[in-house]
Amino acid sequence: MDPVAQIGQIRKKSLADSAILSRAVVDSFRKLKPRAMVKNPVMFVVEVGAVLTTIQLGWNVFRHAGQFGFGLQITLWLWFTVLFANFAEAMAEGRGKAQADTLRKARAETQAHRLRSDGHTECVPSSKLRSGDIVVVTAGDFIPGDGEVIEGVASVDESAITGESAPVIRESGGDRSAVTGGTRVLSDEIKVCITSNPGETFLDRMIKLVEGASRQKTPNEIALNILLAGLTIIFLLAVVTLQPFAIYSGAPQNIFVLASLLVCLIPTTIGGLLSAIGIAGMDRLIQRNVIAMSGRAVEASGDVDVLLLDKTGTITLGNRAATQFFPAPGVEEAYLADAAQLSSLADETPEGRSIVVLAKERYHLRGRDLSTHAANFIPFSAQTRMSGVDLDGREIRKGALEAISRLTSNRGNGIPSELRVCVREISNAGGTPLLVAESGRVLGAIALTDIVKGGMKERFDHLRAMGIRTMMITGDNALTAAAIARQAGVDDFLAEATPEDKMALIKREQAKGKLVAMTGDGTNDAPALAQADVGVAMNTGTQAAKEAGNMVDLDSNPTKLIEIVEIGKQLLITRGALTTFSVANDVAKYFAIIPAMFAGAFPVLSVLNVMHLRTPESAILSAVIFNALIIIALIPLALRGVRYRPAGAAALLQRNLLIYGVGGIIAPFIGIKFIDVLLTYLRVV
Amino acid sequence: MTANGWFQIGLYLFVIALVTKPMGAFMTRVFNRDKTFLDPILRPIEQLVYRLTGVDERREMRWTEYAIAMLLFSGVSMALLYIIERTQRWLPFNPQKFANVEPALAFGTAASFTTNTNWQAYSGESTMSYLTQMAGLAYHNFASAAVGIVLAIVVIRGIARKETDKLGNFWVDTTRCLLWVLLPVCVLGSLVLVSQGVVQNLKPYTTVELIQPYAAQVAGADGKSSAQTVTQQVIAQGPVASQEVIKEFGTNGGGFFNANSAHPFENPTPFSNFFEMVLIFAIPSGLTYTLGRMTGSQRHGWAVWAAMAFLFLAGVTTAYWAEAKGNPLLAGTDQHAGASQSGGNMEGKEVRLGIANSALFTTVTTDASCGAVNSMHDSYTPLGGMVPLVNIMLGEVVFGGVGAGLYGIFVFVVLAVFIAGLMVGRTPEYLGKKIESYDVKMAMLAVLILTFTILTFSAISVVKPYGTSSISNPGPHGLSQILYAYVSSTGNNGSAFGGLIPNTMWYNTTTAVAQLLGRFFMIIPVLAIAGSLAKKKTVPKSAGTFPVTGGLFAGLLVSTIVIVGALTFFPALSLGPILEHLLMNAGKAF
Repeated sequence: MDPVAQIGQIRKKSLADSAILSRAVVDSFRKLKPRAMVKNPVMFVVEVGAVLTTIQLGWNVFRHAGQFGFGLQITLWLWFTVLFANFAEAMAEGRGKAQADTLRKARAETQAHRLRSDGHTECVPSSKLRSGDIVVVTAGDFIPGDGEVIEGVASVDESAITGESAPVIRESGGDRSAVTGGTRVLSDEIKVCITSNPGETFLDRMIKLVEGASRQKTPNEIALNILLAGLTIIFLLAVVTLQPFAIYSGAPQNIFVLASLLVCLIPTTIGGLLSAIGIAGMDRLIQRNVIAMSGRAVEASGDVDVLLLDKTGTITLGNRAATQFFPAPGVEEAYLADAAQLSSLADETPEGRSIVVLAKERYHLRGRDLSTHAANFIPFSAQTRMSGVDLDGREIRKGALEAISRLTSNRGNGIPSELRVCVREISNAGGTPLLVAESGRVLGAIALTDIVKGGMKERFDHLRAMGIRTMMITGDNALTAAAIARQAGVDDFLAEATPEDKMALIKREQAKGKLVAMTGDGTNDAPALAQADVGVAMNTGTQAAKEAGNMVDLDSNPTKLIEIVEIGKQLLITRGALTTFSVANDVAKYFAIIPAMFAGAFPVLSVLNVMHLRTPESAILSAVIFNALIIIALIPLALRGVRYRPAGAAALLQRNLLIYGVGGIIAPFIGIKFIDVLLTYLRVV
Repeated sequence: MTANGWFQIGLYLFVIALVTKPMGAFMTRVFNRDKTFLDPILRPIEQLVYRLTGVDERREMRWTEYAIAMLLFSGVSMALLYIIERTQRWLPFNPQKFANVEPALAFGTAASFTTNTNWQAYSGESTMSYLTQMAGLAYHNFASAAVGIVLAIVVIRGIARKETDKLGNFWVDTTRCLLWVLLPVCVLGSLVLVSQGVVQNLKPYTTVELIQPYAAQVAGADGKSSAQTVTQQVIAQGPVASQEVIKEFGTNGGGFFNANSAHPFENPTPFSNFFEMVLIFAIPSGLTYTLGRMTGSQRHGWAVWAAMAFLFLAGVTTAYWAEAKGNPLLAGTDQHAGASQSGGNMEGKEVRLGIANSALFTTVTTDASCGAVNSMHDSYTPLGGMVPLVNIMLGEVVFGGVGAGLYGIFVFVVLAVFIAGLMVGRTPEYLGKKIESYDVKMAMLAVLILTFTILTFSAISVVKPYGTSSISNPGPHGLSQILYAYVSSTGNNGSAFGGLIPNTMWYNTTTAVAQLLGRFFMIIPVLAIAGSLAKKKTVPKSAGTFPVTGGLFAGLLVSTIVIVGALTFFPALSLGPILEHLLMNAGKAF
């Protein structure tokens, strides 16, 4: 199958895919190696507990001591607990691994046409290419490595990387010169200067990332691991010292019971799912076609306080459009529209086309075929700063206020004051006024305005509720910027922004202790992308931009920054929710196990058996089984993430504390009781 | 339980709420070196102290330097106390001609008073000279209290300051704490106590003729007991009032007399009893206000106060309920409260104080790591006796010792914020400071040290003969006695459950070690967190910031304290007081 089609398929694969599932099962056994386990202190302690009970079990068999059935079941469930945790991690890695396999195929050895110094090309395998080599790629060839187009223009199929099948244009110079190894040239021929050595290409890095091979624990994950290790040691102390207390009280315990108590008390739920949550968070980004170069960046995106959004393409549609005609006094609006349309017929710019469209919509003026007329189109020039048409003796021109007023004053005409007011109003409202004149007489103005993308205001409201400020960056003047900012509902704006301004703004916000996220694609964005805490480079951008940012959006959609922030938050919430749940679980487990341990020696202690569990054995076994099964039960949640709805911190905390804190206290009471009933019914113990 | 009892408990909490703001606001001014109304008198003294000691009052210290200064100060004054104890025979103010204190006891006592524990394996009136009491023990009551308070201030500064490694000057903070906070209140407070009948003199003990001589069995030197008629009583005297006031105000708890606040010369009237309880909570409660004021989040200060008040009420309610219910084994006895009797379990309690004021005092003194007692905890019903035990197990954070309570609860705040903070979708932050792995490591270290010390020493004691030989009751009650000894030492409470014989080699040594570990291995990680927080940037508050105010946070804090702090001890408790309670209801007592 074509690797491109395959990638798309994997992206849509469900969690229950059988191939991923069976690979995960195998991996969960492979991960039992103590050297791998020791990285996860909580599960390592469980594994040690399982080994101890296994040895005790063997000893009991050897000595024909009793308690075989109970000991066996406890031992098995302890092993299951470890396996389930491994399985969770393997599941999280599964999709990434499948994706990596497909990407590897795209990386497969290709032949490159390297340009020799004498001007001829030679055929070399792509793995022999070094940074600085120049290769020629013609239609149908795979681009052999990452590089910059230095000559020519071509359409490139980048679906192997982006999953998007529509080809993109890559050309030398400017911000669309970067090409990625493993993508295919569809038309034309380009010369590419290779910028990476084998093994360091974008594709290589991407494979490592999706596979989780280069995954490092993020700062918060490290801190959480310390907390979990600390809790584990505390409970280890509590259980180890319980034996002397039990001996003093005349009720010594066996290793099965002590290991069960320990495993139930240490935070196995979060300990088992922690790395799965992290991997799944990265994976969710990949599903949205965002490659995060580090887990730290994903974490930071949850903490972002300020979003810097470029106006054009992010907040507004890429181009301005004509939205209204303002005729000068004594001119019919329809006449103005007609003249404006005529002047724009040959104007291929989006603004020009939007004028034609507006005139058509308003006055049903159809585009006319002017070939029969003696039409002479005047293109826009930097000198005149006007464009227009000379048609049947009519000289129609359109341009900015200064240009048109120069034109009319040459002819002895002025601009009517009403129109001047009107022009100022258009500017104040964030639009660009364009004046139309015919034979030295002003007909009126056209308002070109930015069109704010639908739904942006709501998104900004959400962000505000989450405590994130949005800031619009634009090259427009302050007046225009303010109007659009108001219309779009952003919190603030930076007008007439240069790359240096942007950099200064980021530093200023960071000095206040804030975390800043931004997107960028140009080489001049690179310093700011590097400075920002979360810098998302567009895949269409330059190599420099991609190097500088800590994420790459393969769809090159600047709006995605908002989704990235949400994924970051979701990752952190999932972590916190399962930690809280795990710790809260302990209450019920104490009430299951402690009375079971000592009810034999002190029947009065059965008052603490609030769940009325049938026998001490079934109580302990139920707690251990619940503890193991809850890991499996929560894998989907860990992989999918806790449902996130944008809201203020207080509301989120209240909601999540209720579900995962209070729920975490109650759930095991119900679960353990249910398992106990089931075990009794099945006569297992 | 009686309406009157509840009224007194309610009145007490009301008064504490009332003094919180003035105390807290005043301490804020003192430690910010702002002007106070006492400056005209105290400022010259302060400057004189610095001139004599060569302290540059403008120079601030990093956390490590602060810690070293604190350890140095504690170490030197501990040595000083040891020397006084060991030489008191040759020193003045020893009208009873007490001998020098034995080395082991002298060391244990020095450790105990330096760590603000005031665990006493001696009887003051038959061991310590007036000089030892005044210059040795009372001095430490001031010094150790000041150390606790300034450390809490350093923690608050760590939260409040940003991008600095300077946390204040230990010598300046301690001097100001002594001059502005502790001394003025103690001067006035001791006068109040004297007005109630607390003695203050340097006289030799008074011998009086008994109005009603009584016959007693006395064991002779040969071991045989013989009947004797006792006609005289020796009444101990001393500079009690001056030591009594700092005993409570500095949450030290070491009594002048063995009977502590049950002794009529230490605690003569219902008013003195109430006044002493208010003194115990005044600074710990006030510090929550200081926390709010200095960090610019007054509501956070009150949320911490509310969490503390909730745990306090839970404790006092349980204790009062358990004690007022009485002993079920005394089935034929009328244990109801009435006009002529307090009712309930009056064993080991002062009749003049009654059930409510005993239960309240016990809760307050163990919440606050004070350790003064006005009743015998060992004689409480199992559940009533579990309250002081659990209070200390929580980590002495329910108001807690002066300063120690605040920096103790700070550890739990850090943990609560870290565990639940993620649930708002940001990496955990506390009042604008990110909680990172170093901070978590230090917080866990502090919790671990406490748990390790208590559980390990107790576990060894219950299975070794040198441990079990000291307990006076078998079964679960004996377990409670041992647990209490180490919980009280490690928590720097110093109150005794009673019943355990602590003056043995094993207990003298291990309790002293537990006290030192519980004090300094708590302080050092906490200082490290303060140092780390101070260096960080402050993230400005926004709608997305984790809220550390309001009932939700207070509830979260309470849950964290209970689950992380107390659940660790649940297995031990279930074999101790819980089992004893259930067995008692089943008709078996120990």
